[in-house]
Amino acid sequence: MSEEFKVEIVNPDKSFLSKEDVQEVVVPAFEGDMGILKDHISIISFLKPGILRINAKSAEEEYYIEDGIIEFKDNCLSVLTSFIVSLKQIKKNKIQELLKAAEEESNKSEINDQTKYLLDQKIEVLRSIN
Amino acid sequence: MASLDDLKKRITSVKSTQKITKAMKMVAAAKLKRAQDSAEKGRPYSQKMNNIILNLSGGISDNNNAPKLLSGTGNDQIHLCVIMTSDRGLCGGFNANIIKKAKSYFSKLKKESKELKIITVGSKGNDQLKRVYGDKIIENISFKDSKNANYFDAEKVGKIIIERFEKEEFDICTIFYNQFKNVITQIPQAQQIIPLNTENNDENKSEESYEFEPDEDEILSNLLPKNISTQIFKAMLENAASEQGARMSAMDNATRNAGEMVDKLTIEYNRSRQAAITKELIEIISGAESL
Repeated sequence: MSEEFKVEIVNPDKSFLSKEDVQEVVVPAFEGDMGILKDHISIISFLKPGILRINAKSAEEEYYIEDGIIEFKDNCLSVLTSFIVSLKQIKKNKIQELLKAAEEESNKSEINDQTKYLLDQKIEVLRSIN
Repeated sequence: MASLDDLKKRITSVKSTQKITKAMKMVAAAKLKRAQDSAEKGRPYSQKMNNIILNLSGGISDNNNAPKLLSGTGNDQIHLCVIMTSDRGLCGGFNANIIKKAKSYFSKLKKESKELKIITVGSKGNDQLKRVYGDKIIENISFKDSKNANYFDAEKVGKIIIERFEKEEFDICTIFYNQFKNVITQIPQAQQIIPLNTENNDENKSEESYEFEPDEDEILSNLLPKNISTQIFKAMLENAASEQGARMSAMDNATRNAGEMVDKLTIEYNRSRQAAITKELIEIISGAESL
């Protein structure tokens, strides 16, 4: 029996990626990174900014993801996100741009705890890939 | 009867109008293709989002604790209507149809003596509504600068709506837009987004039980604001496709009408030219006869 399942990543304006031969996906879930293998129980969760790793037979890929929701059902993982970019393609100055924006945002006083937490996560991740 | 010169001038003017409408039709056709594509590409996201929310809302055990975006404030006194129209005109009945739909909704609200607030997206809707409902319009958003409908614009609108909802400025929010059916048919739609209407979608609900991490309430309170932006984005995409479709068929009609008019004017021109020649001949002949 094969140990592969399907991954679909969808943006609001297009379908970003669809892969059939995936062995493992590690998603940055809100309460910590979560690895998903075949025959995982049906789950819905949402993501914090982080690195999404796809282990497929053909290739191993890493993406920077800013937010999103995942749904795993019948061996199909759907990721809904408004911002995702491949780590290979993202440019250094784009990372810096995002980092700067996030830092400015997190220095504002009127944001609530959860936004602050998400922003801190974002800054940390961006620094690590920078 | 108009003189030959006048007729000639009119024919040229109609012809140049025809050129313009023809060009506009071509442009609309090209844009329509793109808008239609992006509307189709945008569907999976909003569908998946909808499914997840349906599953989540089915899983909520305690309805009293459900997020307000889902269950509503418990009142239905203040209605917020978001009227989504285009920024440009010359697209047939596109804007007028949305406004008509919205106005009939407004008068229904008035009869039930509910309070009405309006947000217009797109300047054409604002232009048409501000005369009668000017005091009700609380905000006017326009995306003249962005070329295509994009998610960040939708998110902006969503944020404005949610901010106002959290300040308890309204109880029920409805968006008005045109749904793209095909090039000639666009159906004006009124869709309630706050509180979310989950009842008539029951057949899509899967019986499967999910695991939630973190729990349902927390996911829902994060998801619902996103869903609002998604719904607005969907409406924007549908609107963009509808606008180009409506413009294309309107300009097609205009081109055809201009062609008919040119034909009619040309016949009239030829007739009067012939009449003038005949008249001259008669004058010459009768002049010769009288000699």
